[in-house]
Amino acid sequence: MRTDLKLIHRWVPQGAHILDLACGDGTLLAALARDKGVTGYGLEIDPDGITACIAKGVSVVEQNLDAGLANFEDDSYDLVVMTQALQALRRPDRMLDEMLRVADECIITFPNFAYWRHRVHLGIRGYMPVSKSLPHAWYDTPNIHLSTFNDFEHLCRDKGLTITDRAVGIRDHEGHWTSRLWPNLFGEIAIFRVGRQSG
Amino acid sequence: MPDLPRDSVGLVTPQTAHFDDPLALACGRTLPAYDLVFETYGTLNAERSNAVLICHALSGHHHAAGYHSAEERKPGWWDAHIGPGKSIDTERFFVVSLNNLGGCHGSTGPVSVNPETGRQWGPDFPMMTVGDWVHSQARLADRLGIERFAAVIGGSLGGMQVLQWTLTYPERIANAVVIAATPKLSAQNIAFNEVARQAIRSDPEFFEGWYAQHGTAPRRGLKLARMVGHITYLSEDAMGSKFGRDLRSDDLNFGYDVEFQVESYLRYQGDTFSSSFDANTYLLMTKALDYFDPAAAHGGDLARALAPAACPFLVVSFTSDWRFPPSRSRELTNALIRAGKPISYVDIDSPHGHDAFLLPEPRYQAVFSAFMTRAARDLGLATGTEETA
Repeated sequence: MRTDLKLIHRWVPQGAHILDLACGDGTLLAALARDKGVTGYGLEIDPDGITACIAKGVSVVEQNLDAGLANFEDDSYDLVVMTQALQALRRPDRMLDEMLRVADECIITFPNFAYWRHRVHLGIRGYMPVSKSLPHAWYDTPNIHLSTFNDFEHLCRDKGLTITDRAVGIRDHEGHWTSRLWPNLFGEIAIFRVGRQSG
Repeated sequence: MPDLPRDSVGLVTPQTAHFDDPLALACGRTLPAYDLVFETYGTLNAERSNAVLICHALSGHHHAAGYHSAEERKPGWWDAHIGPGKSIDTERFFVVSLNNLGGCHGSTGPVSVNPETGRQWGPDFPMMTVGDWVHSQARLADRLGIERFAAVIGGSLGGMQVLQWTLTYPERIANAVVIAATPKLSAQNIAFNEVARQAIRSDPEFFEGWYAQHGTAPRRGLKLARMVGHITYLSEDAMGSKFGRDLRSDDLNFGYDVEFQVESYLRYQGDTFSSSFDANTYLLMTKALDYFDPAAAHGGDLARALAPAACPFLVVSFTSDWRFPPSRSRELTNALIRAGKPISYVDIDSPHGHDAFLLPEPRYQAVFSAFMTRAARDLGLATGTEETA
């Protein structure tokens, strides 16, 4: 399992009812159903991902996240998860609102644009970063809203949201000590656990 | 004898089951006795746990796969999806496909003889509903010793029967596949059905449905009904790419004979259909479509209506289907989600309109196969080859 998924797997409580936005091939939902009795739905638009979910017995709904979550009722889930999709949305801020309308907690992961390798690409070599977490060229990338660990924290603060947990990962292993110390510089993948406004 | 395709179920023979226990119908009448004609493909396992029921659409019947004879030009109507190695894999599943009551292909319907009068039922055949069909299908299952279907599967009107199965007999269905269907007809859907019915009923040969007594049939009306219906089965793009504005001859002839290829095609479809299908059956089937609305008894709340359903669903729509468009499948999907049921929904990119559900398409097949393979795995079904090994 991908580093960020492993961490989320640990964070999701036993028996939770969850939504997994951009659930890919259903790896996370299948593992959570098997290990923790978690129920819920995955949303995905990639045909191969959808077929893989169905083959695993994961409930998957073909739905474009940019169209919102209007078909999900307020407070109808314990948790909404979205991994590696925030940066591809037209309005990430509105999606954050939607996620916290449907559940009172969400977990979001995205590639940290301020990762030191990305900084080397842009700041020293003068090119848009291309890496394992951002594998596309600037002209055909689906990632239209790149942000940094710090940017996301700011957004949450502006919205008055509560960050209950955060972590960073390096693609192949869970956070090295350097990334814990300077997440915005050494974290390749940012992982946030966010709750609704306090009070 | 020419060879049949390798992935065909091969030669099949219809069977008839006779029932003497009266069937109470939604319209308030009772069918005292009836026949159901059906076909089966594959082998029922010892546990009787691998049976799949196929529910047919408006003009469908029991002959879903294989060939009745080596000379038969075309296989059953869903041969693209039923057979060894296909989405509904007959090496793994025992497939039951029947002709619904009120049909005109062998099951008791308007063309059958009413034992009380000694003449054809004709227009006096009771109005059928999707619920009535599902009850009769359950009796056929009893007869075949099938307590619970591994899956009930259908497209269009067939998909509505699947939905009804999950509500009426939730304990008797392990998986539901609802394809190109809708939880209820729209005003536009009913309007098209009404045009079809009026075409039939205003044919001078209709005789209030007693045409058989007059040694005739409302062929022109039925042809028109089918022509209208056929337009709603195809997409604008599919018609455009198939016929465009192509002419039958090089020049316009400034008359009302067939000039455009699409006219020729529609007339041919209408003629073929009207010479092989019963008008009273067509009327009755369109009414069954119009009446279907499981949410009605629950104040229009579909999610509440779906509460009894207990099995995983696969809901499939096709992008260019404007008869039962993707939005209708999404309506069903969202209600299933609100009801908290296990459901997967896919919208298949296809140019073929409503008819896409009958055709092979790689993504459709991949999704369908994946769902059925998972269903088989959950039910502990081995493939036919593994069983004999």
